[in-house]
Amino acid sequence: MTNSIVLTLLMSLPLVGVVVILFLPVFNNQTDFNIKFVANATAIITLLFSIAILPLYDMGVPTLQLEDTGSWIDALGVTYHVGVDGLSILMILLTTFISAVAIGSSWNGIDKQVKQYYIFMLLLETGMLGVFLAQDLFLFYIFWEFTLVPMYFLIGIWGGKERVYASIKFFLYTMAGSLLMLIAILYVGIQAGTFNLPELIANRELYAGAQQWLFWGFAIAFAIKVPVFPFHSWLPDAHTQAPTAGSIVLAGVLLKMGTYGFMRFNLPMFPEASTNAAPIMATLAIIGIIYGAIVSFAQTDVKKLVAYSSISHLGFVMLGIFSLNEIGIQGAILQGVNHGLSTGALFFLVGVIYEQRHTREISEFGGLWRAMPVFAVTSLIVTLSSMGLPGLNGFVGEFSILLASTGSDALGDSPWIYTAFATSGVILAAIYLLKMYQGVFMGPLDNPKNQALRDMNRGELAIMLSFLLFIVWIGIAPSIWFASMDATVADLIQNVVMMAGG
Amino acid sequence: MEFQAPAINIAIILPVVIVAGFGLVLMILDMLMEDELRGLGPWISLGGLVLAGLQTIALWLGGSYETFIPVGGHPMVVVDGYAHFFNMLFIITGILAILMSMPYLIKADIDEKAEYYMLLMFSISGMMLMGMANDLLLIFIGLELLSIPLYVMCGIARPREASEESAMKYFLLGAFASGFLVFGLALLYGATGSTALPVVVENFTAGGVIAYTGLAMQLVGLAFKVGAVPFHMWTPDVYEGAPTAVTAFMSVGAKVGGFAAMIRILAEAVPQESAPIWTTAIAIIAAATLILGNVVAISQTNIKRMLAYSSIAHGGYILMAVAALPFSGDAVSASLTYMLTYMFTNLGAFAVIMMVEKSGNRGVLLEDYKGLSKRNLGMALILAYFMFSLIGMPLTGGFIGKFVVFQAAIDANLIWLTIIGVVTAAVSAYYYLRVVFYMFMFDGQGDLEFSPAMMTATTVALVATLAIGFFPGLWLNLARTASLASQLLMAGG
Repeated sequence: MTNSIVLTLLMSLPLVGVVVILFLPVFNNQTDFNIKFVANATAIITLLFSIAILPLYDMGVPTLQLEDTGSWIDALGVTYHVGVDGLSILMILLTTFISAVAIGSSWNGIDKQVKQYYIFMLLLETGMLGVFLAQDLFLFYIFWEFTLVPMYFLIGIWGGKERVYASIKFFLYTMAGSLLMLIAILYVGIQAGTFNLPELIANRELYAGAQQWLFWGFAIAFAIKVPVFPFHSWLPDAHTQAPTAGSIVLAGVLLKMGTYGFMRFNLPMFPEASTNAAPIMATLAIIGIIYGAIVSFAQTDVKKLVAYSSISHLGFVMLGIFSLNEIGIQGAILQGVNHGLSTGALFFLVGVIYEQRHTREISEFGGLWRAMPVFAVTSLIVTLSSMGLPGLNGFVGEFSILLASTGSDALGDSPWIYTAFATSGVILAAIYLLKMYQGVFMGPLDNPKNQALRDMNRGELAIMLSFLLFIVWIGIAPSIWFASMDATVADLIQNVVMMAGG
Repeated sequence: MEFQAPAINIAIILPVVIVAGFGLVLMILDMLMEDELRGLGPWISLGGLVLAGLQTIALWLGGSYETFIPVGGHPMVVVDGYAHFFNMLFIITGILAILMSMPYLIKADIDEKAEYYMLLMFSISGMMLMGMANDLLLIFIGLELLSIPLYVMCGIARPREASEESAMKYFLLGAFASGFLVFGLALLYGATGSTALPVVVENFTAGGVIAYTGLAMQLVGLAFKVGAVPFHMWTPDVYEGAPTAVTAFMSVGAKVGGFAAMIRILAEAVPQESAPIWTTAIAIIAAATLILGNVVAISQTNIKRMLAYSSIAHGGYILMAVAALPFSGDAVSASLTYMLTYMFTNLGAFAVIMMVEKSGNRGVLLEDYKGLSKRNLGMALILAYFMFSLIGMPLTGGFIGKFVVFQAAIDANLIWLTIIGVVTAAVSAYYYLRVVFYMFMFDGQGDLEFSPAMMTATTVALVATLAIGFFPGLWLNLARTASLASQLLMAGG
């Protein structure tokens, strides 16, 4: 096996930015500008680098690529092992993209403790990349827990009124789940004598006896992160209190760490248990879809509405994963990306309006179409994408997942029941999103405070256009996106079905 | 009859001799010296500890595994890897405690300079004896030598009432615990005919109920020292009332000393077949300690009191490894690793706390940390890092400690205890993070005073915690080598 340094390099790039920012002095507005500049440049370079290494990635190969390994803690059997395959390649791109957008969107919004802010943002990016790249359970766990710390500070220092409560709730919830996963990791490690994921998968009979327990050890940690109903209660608080960029990253990437975890660890390591648990997980997913949608409908705060809609959308992803067939997993991965784009964009749009009005109540708005036409048009496209309108990205993912659930062998004799309930979620999404759109943009422009609102400036527009590029691209030509994960997913499903069936 | 001089190899017990010797020197100097010269006290003791440390390293590198045999019979002292490891822990604890005490005593208007350091040195020599002792009698002597100076040190801030109260409480309850230890010793002697651990283990089963009662009483005495539930009652008041430098010293030294002796006794003096009985007892105590320590810490508003409960809880994690002793080959090294990380992290946290503290025992409330990051971002980040290490977040020493302890417990099939361990660890995040959010997320007047000695101690603790967090291999090997180069496993396994 040849070692490739590019992934390690990719992970380290944000850290380089952190080091540079650390040595920039904080005295006045000029240095604030320097800090912002370095942070943005770092994020963009990281994004470009992640795109530049794409030619090195071979879509036809199902196994890990661009691997980098090294010994780290021999005493514990822990190695440094990173690699990328079809499950993670899109997640890597999503991470670098969302991070760049989030950092870009903070230019005007963050005015206190600027230096710390950007340090935490860049640390968060390294942590997230590490989560998606790590191929050693110990290494994965370190990155997984590490992402908590910068996010905790981002919510707690730069968040809204209830930020302290929200940040600590976020931290405790996630950590409680992670620690249960740690027990499962330790158990697997002790039984197999290694933490290296490919070896663990190859030798899964060593711990197969306990897999029904181990599955839930991992599953609860991931379910809290996703969040799967009933582990979702941290999410609305964290989202509403987080600063705009925090919400973008949280919705865009952090939640995907949970769904990614299911695909990366639960399915290949515990295939029988995954098959057994599929009906339960799918049921929870359905409850999440409908519950999230209904609660969204009741929200009067736009950001809270978007936050609850995440629970609904992530329900689709979970349904796709536990359909346990190729198209389901592919749909789940793509829907994860879609949700990152649509919801990230929605949070960004909410941030734009919040900066000017310092409120997010739907009743405070109305008729914004007249005051901010460009803002209204882009918002419409993003809202439609989130609803799953054909021709935009959301449709592709949701459709694949619905299709997958109908034909799923893992969901019992009549899997179409799951499909039926999930489809009602699509309709509900249209209701609550259109209600929001109507409340904010349509009708008379009768609130005098809204009349002087400025439309999006050039920077904001650039960020929106970059979102829209992918929203439309995935909607119109999804095949290249599916192709990137095809081989790996086929391999994964084959293994799961073979193990669970035989 | 011709007098036969016993074969004594003084060199191998030189570290403890040096420490105790320097204590004696300080005692004499204190009487003879002029007031100005008494200021040399801390430097003399630092010199003594460094010397003892060098000697320990030399012995350790020499790979000596020797026993110190007084007059025939069984060795009273075993100088093995395990003992070397603990000696180093106590010497480092002592050095850091002295560095922290120098500025702290001035700040807190405590005048008894040389006396204070003399007591500290004697206490350290007691701790060292606890790690080396191979005889119940010597363990008792070590425990007393450890404790009696601590009683005095707790009350050294007189006439501050809280300090006097702290000393009194510690002394009364400590004496009671010593009584348990002695009674246990007597029963074990009666049941097995010897106080030497290797003999005790041979005759233990024959000793029946009396032997078990004796063992239980010994454990009660030691559980008191390490602050395990239900013998923890003294901890919060004593930690809160004692001068903070003393609190820091005893929250690490006394606890680690107690565990050094406890593990030695359980691994060497108790036969394998009785393991199910005592491990169940220890596991239950560990669970109670974890739950009570972590839950009660939540409601504290005084940071010293909070860290008192936190230290109770950390004792619980070490007890998890103790409960795994007979069933997991890694349990000894796991407990050693945990104590190593706990030492650096806890001492580091206390160093920052002492910088925030104001004279007259003010500045020790959580409120006083509000807005600290705005004034001293560096120190706030350092304290936050120590807090994350106490939680056990990855890339800190604390994580490695928790990781190996959980690993040993799972290896020993103590899954239920491990689940309690991780759940309470999540609970602990709440109160440690409270310090962090007071520092970072509120505005306030939080401020601190620097001093070179305190900065040195903080830096050492920080670098060590970082090093363990990022490069754990070296330290894990150290603990593993230490635990293998001992006779613990010979009896236990």
